Amino acid sequence: MAGGFGVGKTTFVGAVSEILPLTTEAVMTDASAGIDDLGLTPNKTTTTVAMDFGRLSLDQDLILYLFGTPGQHRFWFMWDDLVRGAIGAVVLVDSRRLADCFPAIDYFEEAQLPFLVAMNGWEGQFLHSEDEVREALSLPPHVPVVRTDARSRDAVKSTLISLVEYVLTVRAAYGRTY
Amino acid sequence: MRDRDGTEDEPLFRPYAVTGGRAEPRYHLAMETLVSSVALKSNDYSLLGPEQESIMMLCRTVRSVAEISALLRVPLGVARVLIADMADEGLVRLHMPQLNQGQPDLNLLERVLSGLRRL
Repeated sequence: MAGGFGVGKTTFVGAVSEILPLTTEAVMTDASAGIDDLGLTPNKTTTTVAMDFGRLSLDQDLILYLFGTPGQHRFWFMWDDLVRGAIGAVVLVDSRRLADCFPAIDYFEEAQLPFLVAMNGWEGQFLHSEDEVREALSLPPHVPVVRTDARSRDAVKSTLISLVEYVLTVRAAYGRTY
Repeated sequence: MRDRDGTEDEPLFRPYAVTGGRAEPRYHLAMETLVSSVALKSNDYSLLGPEQESIMMLCRTVRSVAEISALLRVPLGVARVLIADMADEGLVRLHMPQLNQGQPDLNLLERVLSGLRRL
């Protein structure tokens, strides 16, 4: 799950998770921070990055985890871990703030992780069409754009089904790579 | 460490004291790697450290590394070290997903899809 701050990622995860979304934290030290200039700081500084996630038991021995990306993309070192073994990604967008999801889309294209774009409606209203969003985000024609409602279990479930169906199509069409 | 109600809580133990100062486990555990505890005789529990005992209790049902980190309120890296050590000692079993060159295999994807449809 990726998308801009406040777009509803945790709500989306919570709508289908069988547990209340949990938060795991990673500690980032100055050595891996890269961006902050800590050269003049005598004490080692650490930043804690939180990642929310939920869980869905699909079968006796099959559990699906849904992880939300940390908002600021300098913290995406946590996401690098997740891409390996991940089925795919949902980029949740608010069509009034499309630019917020550019970093996520760039990231998944670079990582070659299949993703779809899910427009989160506001009280069931969608201000823009799928085609407008596709054009604004310069998405290739094969990337699905769907409508969803992060508060609705059925809508979230159907978004996840669309993602897995898409991943299977991509695999069939392009072999292993995206 | 922040609760849902926003209060600050100290973890049960000092994370880096527990891992003996090591921040990197001997091998890499993914956030979604599943962990289950093996059955021990009741006497054996007295030999465990408090954090090991907590993990043994939690993993009577299968849990991911991320869940263990969240529920014990320790950073992910600390949970990884603890779990890797416990796996080496034979206290827990690790269950890795079926990956094909870093991606879930087709059989796994089909199972996820039918599982989602059944929800």
